Amino acid sequence: MSAAALARPPAPGCTEAPVLRERGQREVFCGLTGIIWLHRKIQDAFFLVVGSRTCAHLMQSAAGVVIFAEPRFATAIMEERDLAGMTDANEELDRVVAQLLARRPDIRLLFLVGSCPSEVIKLDLSRAAQRLNATHAPGVRVLNYSGSGIETTFTQGEDACLAALVPEMRADPAPGLLVVGALAEVVEDQMRRQFEALGIGPVAFLPPRRAADLPGVGPGTRFLLAQPFLAETARLLEDRGARRLAAPFPLGAEGTTAWLRAAAEAWGIPAARFREVTAAGEQRARTAIARHHALLAGRRISFFPDSQLEIPLARFLSRELDMQPVEIGTPYLHRPHLAEELALLPADAMLSEGGDVDRQLDRCRAARPDLVVCGLGLANPLEAEGFTTKWSIELVFTPIQGYDQAGDLAALFARPLDRRTRLMV
Amino acid sequence: MQLAVWTYEGPPHIGAMRVATAMQGLHYVLHAPQGDTYADLLFTMIERRGARPPVTYTTFQARDLGGDTAELFKTAAREAFERFRPQAMIVGASCTAELIQDDPGGLARALGLPIPVVALELPSYQKKENWGAAETFYRLVRSLSAPPAPRAEGRAPSCNILGPTALGFRHRDDLREITDLLTRLGIAINVTAPLGATPADLARLGEADFNVVLYPEIAGPAAAWLARAHAQPATKTIPIGLGATREFIAEVAALAGLDAAPILAAETVRSAWYSRSVDSNYLTGKRVFVFGDATHALAAARMATEELGFTLVGLGSYAREQARELREAAKAHGIEATISDDYLAVEAAIQAAQPELILGTQMERHTAKRLGIPCAVISAPVHVQDYPARYSPQMGFEGANVLFDTWVHPLMMGLEEHLLGMFREDFEFHGEAAPSHLGAAAATATAAPTPPATLTWAAEAERELGKIPFFVRGKARRNTERYATERGIGTITIEALYDAKAHFSR
Repeated sequence: MSAAALARPPAPGCTEAPVLRERGQREVFCGLTGIIWLHRKIQDAFFLVVGSRTCAHLMQSAAGVVIFAEPRFATAIMEERDLAGMTDANEELDRVVAQLLARRPDIRLLFLVGSCPSEVIKLDLSRAAQRLNATHAPGVRVLNYSGSGIETTFTQGEDACLAALVPEMRADPAPGLLVVGALAEVVEDQMRRQFEALGIGPVAFLPPRRAADLPGVGPGTRFLLAQPFLAETARLLEDRGARRLAAPFPLGAEGTTAWLRAAAEAWGIPAARFREVTAAGEQRARTAIARHHALLAGRRISFFPDSQLEIPLARFLSRELDMQPVEIGTPYLHRPHLAEELALLPADAMLSEGGDVDRQLDRCRAARPDLVVCGLGLANPLEAEGFTTKWSIELVFTPIQGYDQAGDLAALFARPLDRRTRLMV
Repeated sequence: MQLAVWTYEGPPHIGAMRVATAMQGLHYVLHAPQGDTYADLLFTMIERRGARPPVTYTTFQARDLGGDTAELFKTAAREAFERFRPQAMIVGASCTAELIQDDPGGLARALGLPIPVVALELPSYQKKENWGAAETFYRLVRSLSAPPAPRAEGRAPSCNILGPTALGFRHRDDLREITDLLTRLGIAINVTAPLGATPADLARLGEADFNVVLYPEIAGPAAAWLARAHAQPATKTIPIGLGATREFIAEVAALAGLDAAPILAAETVRSAWYSRSVDSNYLTGKRVFVFGDATHALAAARMATEELGFTLVGLGSYAREQARELREAAKAHGIEATISDDYLAVEAAIQAAQPELILGTQMERHTAKRLGIPCAVISAPVHVQDYPARYSPQMGFEGANVLFDTWVHPLMMGLEEHLLGMFREDFEFHGEAAPSHLGAAAATATAAPTPPATLTWAAEAERELGKIPFFVRGKARRNTERYATERGIGTITIEALYDAKAHFSR
């Protein structure tokens, strides 16, 4: 060992913390679930899952049996005869797509979304997309990605969807900032105003609100990830010459400031100017967060693996609300994208990846945290055992990023504890 | 391939989960990829169960497919046995695992577990949820039922109650109602299954004199097997509605060798009196569209017509297995049954029938909201609202009371309806006004169809048509146009409109 290595200061936070990797039953959604927010985000896109009755049932169950006027997603349910021969399956798919497009002439972008059964029978959806493009061009563009549970966990479905869009982006060598990851429209608009005030631009968002507004990409592109689960999308953008601006994620006052600063530094904005533009928003965020401090400070919190947002959330809760993370479970730990986050975590937090739900439940019962963040399948059973829980899916369906949502984010964790103190039954 | 935006039934392994979750001491090991665990939330969120379903998912991933998914299954089954120590286990595959053909039954047998292991073959690409529940229950009953014990002389007659499951539509409350009813009749309940039964209880099924089948979609095949194996007759009547409840009582009394007359005479049912009371006069002939699973749809059609005096204008089900019974029932009312699992086809049938009340599933509730038609939910698929905190059975005498309230409350009260008819131009009433207690849910008026080219509507006749309640306006328009065409009338005047009304109201 060299003297230099010995002299190296200890890595901050959880940068080098061991990670418990387990293999067993996972209590997570598959990547198809991302369609529930993506189909609202891209307004002229339609998502056609090529799968089984289970896929269709998952979609309507995960959406809370909410039926929209007519959702912009559907399932082509494979039946016995589709499994008999590939020719038939492809012909059937062409027929179903024609039927769908006849009913929805407003569709400009159609995603064929692969599922566990379509992957297992090796139904080639990229070839199907090529074939259908030839038939339905120029009115409709057909793309494909896999949201199957054998390949993707929950939010990785969004990664796969955005990755399918990257090759569609036109080459654009001009400098510009790209914000990557689906965000609520209100959050996007706030961010757009902040970048404008800082003099950073032009700014584009992926995914766009309409298919035709897909931004360009090239060596001048600098991109900020708005979500921590976009490994493949980031890789493909880098292949197109874009460069990722390393930053924590825009959760909480501190996270949002650091995230904005990464862009400000890349654009050479003077530090004083940056403080001038961001100070008011950061102060607003800190004030809103402070209202929940008394209820949350000192409380112990555990995360079951769900959306990959667990590590940034634990960082926010520990640094801005003084909560103590007990176990931070994540379905997948992408160290390069989370390096800034890991450095800010308390060094004694326990990280786990993948997981075996029964064993994690054993650990949870032994540790008795004050708040458990978990999926819908676990929340009521844990409540019945006396735990206070926070449904993790709400963290994906609520605007939580940026200064003006920081208080709302803290409130999501405070509410279950608040409720416990109110109820006398 | 079938294009589905929404489905009435889940895949068959969900049916198996409903049976497993209903029972005690049974564990289900399901060979399935990550993501299939979504099914847990049906039970923990929709039904608000305080425990996870007793299901272990093997959670295989793409990288396992080239390797040993069979070994993964064996590990999961062995660990599930060690952790949960069930009395018996069911094993099977979800849709994806069915394709990789690992044979969960054979693998589980190879483990040599010291408990009965029942292998399920549930073809995901052919069958659906109710079939899966029925098949699972049948396999369990067949595998676990012991040889019939000799029946002791002189003891009280006894029966099994078969059919209620987890995630059932009011199964919890129906079971309490029917158990009370049978107990008052002096019939002992030997076993109730699947809800609350253990595998050991299933072994005792043969000890009862007969079976009460509450939900034939689920208990039909098991009851048929018990009839063959243990010579146990089963009830045929589903006690939903007053008339059906009375027939059910007569049927079980005959099977038990008891006299039903005292209990039938003693029963005073509010729903019957409420229906006869003058206040209910306005219900007469209300046009009702019924859609649901076969059991609930058939029962609702009967009760709606015989016990509320409605007119049946539509009857249908998503259950193709029971299509024949539904077609026959519909025919008796002079209509054609809607047998479809495409909710858009059901919506089209509803629009064509122009009902004043829809009795359907949660999906028809949405359709009704869009069309501005009152609606009550009578059948699965279930929603969190279908698990009310209060006692709310569909079956038995109290069930008839509950149904009377549930179906009548969405409708306009008699006088309100008259006022709407009399003062249609009142700015707050307008043609599309919904019942006042339904809030601001205004109807979406469907665009007026284009009349045949030879016909025109005079402006004042068109205005007059607007004063007719919107749910019968389309029919009035079509009838008037037909009347005019048949008589060679070119322009429809107010006179022609009322002539047509008089003609068709005969």
